[in-house]
Amino acid sequence: MSLSNRHLLGLNGVPKEDIQLILDTATTFREVLERPIKKVPTLQGKTIVNLFYEDSTRTRISFELAQKRLSADTINFSTSTSSVKKGETFKDTVRNIEAMKVDMIVVRHKSAGVPQYLTRISKANIINAGDGLHEHPTQGLLDMYSIKERLGRLEGLKVCIVGDIAHSRVALSNIFGLRSMGAVVSVCGPTTMIPFGIESLGVKIFTNIDEAIAKNDVLNVLRIQLERNAGTRIPSLREYHKYFGITSDRIEKFNKEIVILHPGPINRGVELSSEVADGPYQVILDQVTNGVAVRMAVLYLLGTMH
Amino acid sequence: MDIKAKIIDEEGLNRTLTRLAHEILEKNKGSKNLVLIGMRTRGEFIAERIKQKIKEIDKSDPSYGVLDVTLYRDDFRTRLKQPEISVTNITFDVNDRDVILIDDVLYTGRTVRAALDALMDLGRPNTIQLCVLVDRGHRELPIRADFVGKNIPTSINEEVRVRIRETDGEDGVFLVNVPSKI
Repeated sequence: MSLSNRHLLGLNGVPKEDIQLILDTATTFREVLERPIKKVPTLQGKTIVNLFYEDSTRTRISFELAQKRLSADTINFSTSTSSVKKGETFKDTVRNIEAMKVDMIVVRHKSAGVPQYLTRISKANIINAGDGLHEHPTQGLLDMYSIKERLGRLEGLKVCIVGDIAHSRVALSNIFGLRSMGAVVSVCGPTTMIPFGIESLGVKIFTNIDEAIAKNDVLNVLRIQLERNAGTRIPSLREYHKYFGITSDRIEKFNKEIVILHPGPINRGVELSSEVADGPYQVILDQVTNGVAVRMAVLYLLGTMH
Repeated sequence: MDIKAKIIDEEGLNRTLTRLAHEILEKNKGSKNLVLIGMRTRGEFIAERIKQKIKEIDKSDPSYGVLDVTLYRDDFRTRLKQPEISVTNITFDVNDRDVILIDDVLYTGRTVRAALDALMDLGRPNTIQLCVLVDRGHRELPIRADFVGKNIPTSINEEVRVRIRETDGEDGVFLVNVPSKI
């Protein structure tokens, strides 16, 4: 069994079997992460470049750890310390890196479509680590893995994505991935943050958070991204918290099992109260651990493909 | 499956496993420090059967685990098909134990090499001993089994298929013809 595409650019259009294969394979690597020696020789001799044109802590460290635990050689590239500052174009940078014989490129960029463009100018396997407002497929995969780990299944589950849907690549990857795995997906947030026409992706819209809590099994709560001018779409963070923040009181009112995800970094007291962020419902740190396993699975499946 | 001969039948398999269990206990002077590790997929069930035998003979219950060596293989670059991986399930500490590594067929020795690397990543066993149901020859690495159910000299165009009730619905060892490599 192998994946049907040699790149991972997004979860849109990825067949269910491929997602299933990645999630199953991740279980193997989850076990590796529990060992005293958390390293296997599988990708020995492969060279992977992490091309990060946008800041990232979690994703970059997670990818780098995943690569190291598979024994691949890794090179990190970030724009602040590179010749991009001297005016080199993206294409030239990539061409030069490729001339050094690399097998895979993990890319994050502020513009949507950059990973797709990379597949045309490079022979390496391309993995999208977040492109603009488009997709962040490994985040979608690790969210699905974490939900499955907690609830045992994805099919038929009701999952609501809460927050700034319009400026979230995590939301899109979640919608595509979860829908092909048979989950019922909805979004919730202030109408200024819900993109026009999102119903066409097959998701339901909630504008009342209490209703969303009552009617869903899982909430994937997004960060309010101040760096993406979230402030222009909500009157204040305090008001957002008042109407859309997840608090213990809100959850306990319904007296039901619910799983809370958050892709991090958390704005405590905005989208989640501290009580919820550290409470029994959340799986936030499991998501981080699972992220390494899921990325190992993706790297393994793409890196050993013929 | 183009069967050439049935080498071991159900009763024969049972007797062979009984003898292997006795040999393992004899060489290790009982089962006190033993752990059994089966290699996916057939070795897993053979190890389970040997564990049962040891239970009957020695009235003891050695730890038992399953090892998946896919991540340690050396043929990722040359194989046409991507191998399917499954999970290693060893919940006990292998440090200072006497590990009996169990597989169905010993052939090139490359899987055993991978298994040895995998085991070393789990700890530092006192000894690792190899137990196989069938040794068919054609080794490519300096590896030999400590306990052998049956030595079956084969040609390169033959294959030894071990069938186990748990996965294949019947017990037995068969010699089959495979089309020669193109």
